[in-house]
Amino acid sequence: MAKVTRRSFVTTVGAASVVPAAALLTATAAAPADAATAAKTPSDAASGKLVYLFFNADEVLFIEAACERLIPADELGPGALGAAVPNYLDKQLGGAWGAGERLYRSGPWQSGTPSQGYQLPFTPAELFHTCLRAISRDLEAHKTPFHEMSADNQDAYLKSLESGAHDLDGVPSGIFFGMLLGMCVEGFFSDPVYGGNRDMVAWRMIGFPGAYADYFEAIDHHGVKFVREPMSLAEDGKGHIHVRQDIPANL
Amino acid sequence: MVQRLKEVDVVVIGVGMVGSIVAKELAAAGYKVVGLERGQTRFTVPEFQSPAIHDELRFDIRKALMQDNTREPVTFRNQGSQVALPVRRWESFLPGTGLGGSMVHWNGQTYRFQANDFQLATRTRERYGKNFLDADLTIQDWGVTYDDLEPYYDRFEYLLGTSGKAGNIKGQIQPGGDPHESPRSRDYPTPPQKEHYSGAMFRKAASSLGYHPFPQPSSNLSQPYTNPEGMKLNACVFCGFCERYACEHYAKSVPQTVILPVLLANPNFELRTGCQVQRINLDSTKKHATGVTYIDAVGREFEQPASLVITSMFAINNVRMLLLSGIGTPYDPATGQGVVGRNYAYQTMSTVASFFDEDVHINPFMASGASGTLINDFAGDNFDHAGLGFIGGAFIGAVNTNGRPIEYHPVPPGTPNWGKGWKQAVVKHYNHTVMFSLHGSSAAQRQNYLDLDPTYRDAWGQPLLRMTFDFPQNDIKMAAHVTAKAVEIGKAMGAKQVAGSPRKGPYTVTQYQTTHNTGGSVMGDNPKTSVVNRYLQSWDVPNVFVIGASNYPQNASWNPTGTLGALTYWAIDALKNKYLKNPGRLVSA
Repeated sequence: MAKVTRRSFVTTVGAASVVPAAALLTATAAAPADAATAAKTPSDAASGKLVYLFFNADEVLFIEAACERLIPADELGPGALGAAVPNYLDKQLGGAWGAGERLYRSGPWQSGTPSQGYQLPFTPAELFHTCLRAISRDLEAHKTPFHEMSADNQDAYLKSLESGAHDLDGVPSGIFFGMLLGMCVEGFFSDPVYGGNRDMVAWRMIGFPGAYADYFEAIDHHGVKFVREPMSLAEDGKGHIHVRQDIPANL
Repeated sequence: MVQRLKEVDVVVIGVGMVGSIVAKELAAAGYKVVGLERGQTRFTVPEFQSPAIHDELRFDIRKALMQDNTREPVTFRNQGSQVALPVRRWESFLPGTGLGGSMVHWNGQTYRFQANDFQLATRTRERYGKNFLDADLTIQDWGVTYDDLEPYYDRFEYLLGTSGKAGNIKGQIQPGGDPHESPRSRDYPTPPQKEHYSGAMFRKAASSLGYHPFPQPSSNLSQPYTNPEGMKLNACVFCGFCERYACEHYAKSVPQTVILPVLLANPNFELRTGCQVQRINLDSTKKHATGVTYIDAVGREFEQPASLVITSMFAINNVRMLLLSGIGTPYDPATGQGVVGRNYAYQTMSTVASFFDEDVHINPFMASGASGTLINDFAGDNFDHAGLGFIGGAFIGAVNTNGRPIEYHPVPPGTPNWGKGWKQAVVKHYNHTVMFSLHGSSAAQRQNYLDLDPTYRDAWGQPLLRMTFDFPQNDIKMAAHVTAKAVEIGKAMGAKQVAGSPRKGPYTVTQYQTTHNTGGSVMGDNPKTSVVNRYLQSWDVPNVFVIGASNYPQNASWNPTGTLGALTYWAIDALKNKYLKNPGRLVSA
């Protein structure tokens, strides 16, 4: 079947695109000595220059460093940076989702109980810009930007955001953190059509075959180790994944 | 400004499965039927096609097939003392929309309730005494029995082609089926789907403990099938994109694959999409409907006169329509008077996670929405509740429906929420975990109800539905009990670690549980405690029939859809053979 050729093509491409974990760690704040020079510009995707459309340069520094702490590279494989998770966030927040797709936005507004869920007037885009500004001001008081902190200090700061210890211009920081973490998980595990899960590295890590559809025979083989290259819904016949930023949240 | 259209015999509000069946039957009987659907048409080709449909972010996370919550959400609070606030994003329950409704993207789990469920109040009193139930519970009998509905369950299952193994045929217990089920007249139309590895493990463990495992009845078919309408379905290939997705294979029983083409071919039926019904119009007596008013997609307002109005929308929308139209007395929890909105219930869901070594490959991504293995030993009243302090129960099963990783990445308790520890646990456990579903009943209580919100409105300016709900203590106790039993099954499977997560209060709209919202237009024998009679006819306005899970006085241990299909055919029989031959009250008040 033609798939034999495509499988080996994808594997080769996949291997070349997976930035070795060690290289990534030195590029981020995990190695502070290098951070001052390496982290000043947004990192490029291994397979092409990454262009951020939503995050400004300062926001990128925080987002890339924070996402990499939430899902770090390790011996199992790439983390958020290697999987282009910040790119996913950038494209979602800069698109219809960030502008409030699928969000009921009428007032009046009250904070409500935890059972009642999100009750702020902000769209996701507004929430991120508001909170990132507030975080930036908060860290100016600490005199160390997030991306220049040690990994441990970054984790401590993220935990303090998670616990709701900060008021980010009226937004309880736990709400911002929850959205950031949720979008990181989405960016890690969604189909690469959305600009994250680059080369399906996250799917390979866990063994999820992706948009593949037919297990009628395989399901009888209880416990079989199912070895098949994952596939994206946006993959063409040559295995190239066509990223799309405009898929709507409706059919 | 309002254009008045030519009168028709029947208006059907909502063209989902219920509306499609009703419209098909009445159009075939010679009546002129207009179906009003708020959403758009969609068909297997081109809308449900692969690979675009296999998009977890779009359909699971972004809820692309669901009702537009930016124009018409609901408001919610746990207690009447709180202020209800809008559900700004759907999470806990996901109302569908569009031609075919929510059964386009259901999981295909197809059950019957048991005989006991239809007379729950009477039988609970008989078995456990008058004082067994908590004082706040408003459990009721349905006004119909299982025996009344059995032929209609059969008819619905054969329409769908449901794949399963009967456990009781005319009183004879069948090996391999569910021995607790109430008698059916014949076996399922197609045999059970293939068993998943997790189901096989569950079956052995449950049997070893003396329970009675059986294959989950599935409307994702095990083999090709032609239904009595002449519609052909294919065999399901376990693609793992079932609930929240539309099936590209013609293997899921949805209106498009089982009945819609027949309906749409009948010139007696006219489908109008993009039509948001504002209210059912009543004459000056308020006891007779003259038709409905709706606004179309371009914003034009129409009045559609009709002799008979049938509301067949999603359950909570049926209730809202009655409230907006002034049909029936709204329920007031302070006084206990009134009926519309009363006895709202839900489903009480718990889980158990069983973790195995990394050489045990579960392959959760190979699945249909209903290819599980279950026991009903702890469902309904199938076990003795004496001394337990609650009624109801749950089916317990290895119900593996998918391995879609944004939402499915089970980790043991104590795993950090993020970071290296989280990532390591995800990789370690993704393909080596079996999740049990514990699908529990939901008792009605006087404090849980639906009404109209005083503050928030939809895009058409109408008040939103307000939902006041929390889990009754009865159901929390039930959840703890069945979860403990399910943990024992996990251990009997030989798992390294078993973690039970029983449902705890308060109920939150922020986490998906089920879209099994029931009640609010309850059926019954007594107009003081029900909105419709046993034929689903409004007590107050006899030419209005309400068909939906909104009719359920409380919710049982199983998914509501199978019973809704039976009620639909039951009501159609009453319409064709009784009401339409002689319009009027079918039951004296």
